[in-house]
Amino acid sequence: MLNWLSIDVVLLVITIWLGIGVAGVIALRQFGFVARVLFPLGGMCCLALAWAALQMIGSTPETAVLPLGLPQLPFHLRLDSLAAFFLLVIGAVGAGISIFAAGYFRKGAGTPPGLLCLEYHVFLASMVLVILADDAYAFMVAWETMALSSFFLVTANHKLPEVQEAGFLYLLIAHVGAIGILLCFGVLQANSGDYTFANMRIQSLSPFWASTAFILALFGFGAKAGMLPLHVWLPEAHPAAPSPVSALMSGIMLKTAIYGLLRISFDLLHVNVWWWGGLLLALGLATALFGVVFATVQTDMKRLLAYSSIENIGLLLAGIGLALIFHAYNMSALTALALTAVLYHVVSHAFFKSLLFLGTGAVLHATGERNLGRLGGLIRYMPWVAWLMLIGVFASSGLPPFSGFVSEWLLLQSFLFTPGLPDSFLNMFIPIVAAVIALVAALAGYAMVKFFGVIFLGQPREEKLKEAHDAGLWEKIGMLWLAAWCIALGLFPNFLIRLIDSVTVSLVGAGLGRHTTESSWLFLAPSSIERASFAPLLFLLGVTIGCLVAFALVRILYHGRLRRTPPWDCGHPWQTARMQDTAEGFGQPIRQIFEPFFRMKRHLPTPMDRNPSYKVEVGDHFWHWLYLPIARLIEFLAGLVGRLQQGRISIYLLYSFLTLLFMLFLVQR
Amino acid sequence: MSISGFLSQLLAIVMALFLAPLLMGWVNQWRCWLQNRSGPGVLQPYRMLHKLFHKESVVAEHASSLFRMAPYIVFGCMVLACAIIPTLSTDLPLSPAADAIALVGLFAVARVFISLAAMDIGTAFGTLGARREMLIGFLAEPALLSVLFTASLISNSTALTSIVEYLAHKEFAIYPSLAFAGIAFTMVSFAENARVPVDNPATHLELTMIHEALILEYSGRHLALIEWASALKLFAYSCMGLALFFPWGIAEAEAPLALIFAIPALVFKLAIGGFLLALIETLSAKMRIFRVPEFLASAFLLAVIGMLVHFLLGA
Repeated sequence: MLNWLSIDVVLLVITIWLGIGVAGVIALRQFGFVARVLFPLGGMCCLALAWAALQMIGSTPETAVLPLGLPQLPFHLRLDSLAAFFLLVIGAVGAGISIFAAGYFRKGAGTPPGLLCLEYHVFLASMVLVILADDAYAFMVAWETMALSSFFLVTANHKLPEVQEAGFLYLLIAHVGAIGILLCFGVLQANSGDYTFANMRIQSLSPFWASTAFILALFGFGAKAGMLPLHVWLPEAHPAAPSPVSALMSGIMLKTAIYGLLRISFDLLHVNVWWWGGLLLALGLATALFGVVFATVQTDMKRLLAYSSIENIGLLLAGIGLALIFHAYNMSALTALALTAVLYHVVSHAFFKSLLFLGTGAVLHATGERNLGRLGGLIRYMPWVAWLMLIGVFASSGLPPFSGFVSEWLLLQSFLFTPGLPDSFLNMFIPIVAAVIALVAALAGYAMVKFFGVIFLGQPREEKLKEAHDAGLWEKIGMLWLAAWCIALGLFPNFLIRLIDSVTVSLVGAGLGRHTTESSWLFLAPSSIERASFAPLLFLLGVTIGCLVAFALVRILYHGRLRRTPPWDCGHPWQTARMQDTAEGFGQPIRQIFEPFFRMKRHLPTPMDRNPSYKVEVGDHFWHWLYLPIARLIEFLAGLVGRLQQGRISIYLLYSFLTLLFMLFLVQR
Repeated sequence: MSISGFLSQLLAIVMALFLAPLLMGWVNQWRCWLQNRSGPGVLQPYRMLHKLFHKESVVAEHASSLFRMAPYIVFGCMVLACAIIPTLSTDLPLSPAADAIALVGLFAVARVFISLAAMDIGTAFGTLGARREMLIGFLAEPALLSVLFTASLISNSTALTSIVEYLAHKEFAIYPSLAFAGIAFTMVSFAENARVPVDNPATHLELTMIHEALILEYSGRHLALIEWASALKLFAYSCMGLALFFPWGIAEAEAPLALIFAIPALVFKLAIGGFLLALIETLSAKMRIFRVPEFLASAFLLAVIGMLVHFLLGA
């Protein structure tokens, strides 16, 4: 690497990815080559990307102009700290997913492996390009490429009708959102006709137009992120996609929307009105609560994770909202704290959610089941997957000392720091939001215990599960990589926070770094140790020493005798796996407590039924009250348009004639 | 780390370990007396622990290692919890390792582990217990956090030692926000420690049991550790309540000799607290399981009202 700029390395990585994609198409059905050579190569490129991004964070932005695109309209690219940070996430998480994918894709029905390889790497490249883009044109091209390539990946099993439906819904909402983003850029360039971000930065918009741009961006990026009420595609698309693709989409692609929102609200827009933050905060909280409540009642493991992603996106949006509120009052240190929490959660969620999705992929391959009601007891047949998933589950539930807890802790801290705001109403309101976030986090724990307990613990609910095999070597390595980061980010938060620091300094001119370096690498203390501190390593040591001393003392003072017997059957004559709680049973208390959230259809057996069956369907109010009416309206309008089309040439000629007359009339006047 | 800090830390841990079963015995003894029974004596928990440690452990044949690890982890979590809560002194070297939020996280780790272990065997009772425990947990946890938020908003810190030092030094006045928080905290403690209005520690009836259903498959040393851990949890909650709402007599870094007075003060406060706990338990009836969410939701609301009151009145 002789005097290469980081941005050159990034562009090289993109080129190699595209090359890999082309090689995949050439070797369309040579499964071994595609899986064992191309995917690992793509993973290596991810690592190179992460390395280049790591070098870049905190240094001066690099720019490049690609001679691609339309005449007079080249692609402007720029790599600054914020972009580099998100590239780091893509690289580090993508590496694990690519390695896993090397062992995951199997021969069989659906898209041939070579084509999948192309779509997969184009998807990765387009996400990187979204983050690099420095003008609206390049951004939209990359954004649409990302949507299309992921659409083809989602519909890899395109023969199944539900996959087709999921793909259609995804594509539809992705494009509705893209319109919002496009309009937002239109507002941002303020009639100057120059669509580069550099130009947008220097424009000063009136508060009205700035707010319009913000709302449009919120709509557009919210649709991609899964913000309420634009979330409906997520729980459909994630289960339909192959697991590494779900991991990419949930772990990384959703974060590009967060990136876009941050880029627009902190970099391109200068006017800051506090109600932007308030709106985002309210929407974020609603999204988080909605997502987690729905996650607890799901019976499909990938849908459960999809709803959990909605929850996490909600938390991120709430954090950004808080940061915007602080920003509006020019409290840069607090803005930095809230942003740090957001960015930390971006990384942490990317790792643990990818890990969990990959784990469901391994379970799906081993058992062929996605339905929680037909799984169980897999910890005995798939110990590797189970224990690695347990790490992801802990991180996802926000339990110390894993990565999820650090971001939750930072987020709660930033909410508790509010009493300096000049607005007394906000002062009063925001710590209560912290209480709601605590509720969301606790519910996430419920959902995750259900997820892990029903899949991996207990007795197998089906006979065939006993033949389940553990994941292969590639899959293990991929999951191990992600799990290791879930632990490392939980134990050594200050290293990442120092990186985030450069990002927040470049965005809002302040960071936590000074405090973290002052208070040694062991303690995470946003302002001072007396104010608040958390030392994950000491925490872990404390628990571990407690465990080990207890273990040693018990063994020394008493004995280690152990007898294995059948479990206690409470005096019943027999005990079967069907007596365990089902996934529905585990979610039942939540269904009862949060009943107004759900649209439930119950089917209860009558006493006369020969084969009594009990069924409950949990639906989404938004679908019935928002989407179906819109769909009906569009169908109605389309029907009206249809009346114009009579299918006879003479009628169409009449239309042309009438239009012509009308035009002439206009011209005459 | 100063020597006195190290000593007070060690003293806090050792005292928690040995005083916790005594507190449990004291509460149970008072329950018996209040119910006109003679009772087994306050030392009964020690005898029971000793007996259980001597017995061999019976483990279900298909139990995974998670099942055998869980009691140790739960025990370790509770020991750490007792170590970071300022019971005797606010001069605790371990305290910066975990603030109020991390303490709640610590309790959550223990809860998740024991719930997962209960699901591991795959019996009807285990999963039922796990579900109910998590149900209580997801409502109690935010309520507890909100209580701690109220205290930390008053004292401008989430570090437990700073909170307690601040509350101990304020001039004597009844903080309305703390009063709300105190009621909420009491309700949460009853739920978290499986005491009567929410759960009955003395029952094995499937319709009502929560905690006992969780640990139904445990025996021998594993059960002993879990019982000891739940005694520690009761101790931790009691001490947390005392430290937040009656923070007098707790020693500070500048006055290491105050430790000598801190022990009798703590024992005195715990004795009264234990009696009150037994009294409330005797006076109230066990709730139906689906009244529990209402109970805890009102605790949550009370805690949130506490926060609101703090902002409205500034106190």
